[in-house]
Amino acid sequence: MLGFFKKKNPKHNEKERGVSADLGILVFENTSEVIQAENVLKKAGWSIRVMGPPPEIQTGCDLVIEFPLIEELNILRELDNADVSPLQVVPVTAPLLLPVSLFQTKDFGDFLMVRAANMKLTIDKKTGIIVNISGGGCPDVPYLAQEMVGKNLHEAPAPKDIGHTLCGYALQLAYEEMIRQ
Amino acid sequence: MIAIVGTIPDRDFPMILGEVNLDNGRIRIQGNSFPVVRGTPALLAAAIKACEVLGRPFPVGHLAGDIGLGDGSRRLYKYLTENLRNSEFSVITFHYFQPDVDWHNRIIFSLEEMAYRPILIADAGFMYAAKMSGQSEFYDLFTPDVGEMAFLADEKAPHPFYTRGFIFHEENRVPELIKRAYSHQNAARCLLVKGERDFVADKDGVKTTIDQPRENAMEAMGGTGDTLTGIVTALVGSGITVKDAAIMASRVNRLAGSLTRPTPATQVIEMISKIPQALEIVLKEKEQ
Repeated sequence: MLGFFKKKNPKHNEKERGVSADLGILVFENTSEVIQAENVLKKAGWSIRVMGPPPEIQTGCDLVIEFPLIEELNILRELDNADVSPLQVVPVTAPLLLPVSLFQTKDFGDFLMVRAANMKLTIDKKTGIIVNISGGGCPDVPYLAQEMVGKNLHEAPAPKDIGHTLCGYALQLAYEEMIRQ
Repeated sequence: MIAIVGTIPDRDFPMILGEVNLDNGRIRIQGNSFPVVRGTPALLAAAIKACEVLGRPFPVGHLAGDIGLGDGSRRLYKYLTENLRNSEFSVITFHYFQPDVDWHNRIIFSLEEMAYRPILIADAGFMYAAKMSGQSEFYDLFTPDVGEMAFLADEKAPHPFYTRGFIFHEENRVPELIKRAYSHQNAARCLLVKGERDFVADKDGVKTTIDQPRENAMEAMGGTGDTLTGIVTALVGSGITVKDAAIMASRVNRLAGSLTRPTPATQVIEMISKIPQALEIVLKEKEQ
């Protein structure tokens, strides 16, 4: 049944909290690297800003770069290409969080599946062909599946090279774990 | 009328609105078409198949091409922000999107201005944005898998990639995860958690579990969660309550999977063709 809807303000909007949950922080060794990274990212059109670090961050210099967290994989690739990689990447709302590090492996007999966070990668054990990719919710997941499924694990493009989001990054971890196994 | 909103993994695919059709393994909309592989195309195909059996109009798709750069998602966010308030959908399902808290909240404002509140279902990236925004309770149904359920349960995690290790992602911990998600207001009014065993829950806890038929290979198949969300969308659109629709959809999805006799290499399009048969069986069971 359709009901009449009561108007209310989103309870955790950006203005109320002063900080958005979908931002991340790049921590660098020194200020000169921060400036270099800022130039690289601004030139590439990213929406970023240089700011002071939160108290939880113990390492690095006294400036950090705030960026859209979901695009972590894309931004790290851009910085890596410019040879100015950060020491640390953390969510702005919880700087002590680390990327997922637990993997779950399931043996289906002829097939092997590895899960990292919300992403699952399955290969044919005999041929090494990637037979399925599942999970995830960012728009590069169907794209990554399109580009990787049907190819040998060692010949398929790596998610870190063609993915863009944190789901792509999680798939990269599952991919690395599958290669390791 | 049902609206399904999501992205297509083709950067050149334009933003399109219109009734969707399924023809020869491809979704067709306004003279454009794309294959049903996984993601929003799989959700659309499953919803179409279920609507055929239910005798309901096919969903209206709000789609844009996006391969993870966020450009198509932003076009959709902008369109929805400007136009949802004047629409008359009874059910809206939000799916693959680049999560963005600010744009998500603008859509909430637009939804609040609708004359009648539609039933709101969220999965995939849009569900992540809803949780990141602290707005999960605004929605009627989330359809997470176990990894995503752990993310909903972790009040600190901004994305499943950052879910803390002590929040176990195991099937046998799902009731705990559900409880924790509700205690931090990070769950929709109803949850359909998909896995080896499916859980239907609300703020009072697990209402029911569905574990038959069981096909372990479905966990590896890309798109089986998308089909589940498509089926539940069609059932809710036919007037069934969210909770009953979630239970029925779980059974239909499992049965369609079982009828396919899948291996971990089976592609979801094979399973989608079995949805009408599975839904007919479940509808008959319900009549008895």
